[in-house]
Amino acid sequence: MIGVKGLYKRFGELEVLKGISIDIKESEVVCVIGPSGSGKSTFLRCINLLEMPSSGEITIDGETITDKNIDLNKIREEAGMVFQHFNLFPHKTTLQNVALAPMKVRKLSKEEAEERALELLDKVGLADKAHVYPSSLSGGQKQRVAIARALAMRPKVMLFDEPTSALDPEMVGEVLGVMKDLAMAGMTMVVVTHEMGFAREVADRVLFMDDGIIIEQGTPDDIFSNAKHERTRSFLGKIL
Amino acid sequence: MITIEITSFSLLFGMILGTVSGLGKLSKKRFFRYPSIVYIDFIRGTPLLVQILLFYYGIPGLYSNVTGNSFNIDPILAGIIVCSINSGAYIAEIVRAGIQSIDKGQMEAARSLGMNERMAMKEIILPQAFRRIIPPLGNEFIALLKDSSLLAVIGVHELLKTGQLYISRTFAAFPVYIAVALMYLILTIVISRIVSYSERRLGVSDRS
Ligand SMILES: Nc1ncnc2c1ncn2[C@@H]1O[C@H](COP(=O)(O)OP(=O)(O)OP(=O)(O)O)[C@@H](O)[C@H]1O
Ligand SMILES: [Mg+2]
Repeated sequence: MIGVKGLYKRFGELEVLKGISIDIKESEVVCVIGPSGSGKSTFLRCINLLEMPSSGEITIDGETITDKNIDLNKIREEAGMVFQHFNLFPHKTTLQNVALAPMKVRKLSKEEAEERALELLDKVGLADKAHVYPSSLSGGQKQRVAIARALAMRPKVMLFDEPTSALDPEMVGEVLGVMKDLAMAGMTMVVVTHEMGFAREVADRVLFMDDGIIIEQGTPDDIFSNAKHERTRSFLGKIL
Repeated sequence: MITIEITSFSLLFGMILGTVSGLGKLSKKRFFRYPSIVYIDFIRGTPLLVQILLFYYGIPGLYSNVTGNSFNIDPILAGIIVCSINSGAYIAEIVRAGIQSIDKGQMEAARSLGMNERMAMKEIILPQAFRRIIPPLGNEFIALLKDSSLLAVIGVHELLKTGQLYISRTFAAFPVYIAVALMYLILTIVISRIVSYSERRLGVSDRS
């Protein structure tokens, strides 16, 4: 589904990703953990080309997206992204936030797009908030709308960058709940998270990243209970 | 009234010019960026009075030297053109600052949904920037209104020139200049009221 080969990313002098290679299967849920600054966000942003890799190759569904002459926007349609700070459009209602891209990018009619948006809002439990603006929503509600917005494009893979880090503790559960449903429904997901409970329960595979490389990967049990590397153990020791 | 007419038209054309060159200055393409920067810096770096004289006397003078024909441009039209070009440069900076004040995450979210840059600008960035632009645009309107008094030097019968003509007949300099000043004051107060009303109507943009 997603293939990454020898991915490097530099910002000027700073080398942030130093050769990442990984294959992610369809319907697989991969959680990425690691200390701050280790390159987790950069890795995720390379997968939908919000950052251009310095070198390396990425394929999604057999298509090599790092080819020079590929249509960037097409790629981004296939990979939905959920951000730490939601990034909802404040001048649009919840419904418009979700319906906008299907209308503008997928060229759905307004009715079709809004129907799809309502369905998704219902799925994340916010059908009754369709006509309010984001400013009147709680953090957890905003993030659920953001998930619905990404899903509205019917992406092949969903990328989550610390989706619950900006939330008050009591709202974390509702967002993780939506993500769990999504995983059960067979969505391919890459999730950068500090929620070890979620990773343990939902992830098929956990990656531990440090200093721009994947130090270790395996099932949640492999990583959380039987980590082979000292760096993994000391990181887990600090956060658990 | 000619003052209001000139100011309003100039602001309108200035907004068009300003949006285009403000976007131009932010463009990644040098072909758009460099002309915008030259235009903005030249206009903001030279006095309006000099620009007025240059346009009204300088350019027709050059034209008749080169071609041997003379032409006359209507002072009001000249006034609107110069003031549009002038305010366009200031509005360009307002537009640029407005766009740059929008959180980077907005563009990223739009791009991650597959929108191209143009679409994201039009649907997401500009509508939000526009709300933030209204107050400084109001200030520009007021500045332009006052600056339009400079057009008296090329004989445009705007507010100041009308006052001066009246003085030349009545010799009542003090009361007439006071009256002229008060009229500018009333106009600027009315404008700032309208601006703060529309600001409230549109609501200051919320953070998401
Ligand atoms: N656009 C950029 N320009 C320059 N440096 C950047 C840029 N984006 C990220 N970096 C740097 O790259 C490094 C890795 O950043 P990244 O955001 O990928 O880390 P992270 O693992 O997501 O950390 P965190 O847990 O804090 O989110 C950091 O040192 C950061 O300062
Ligand atoms: Mg990060």
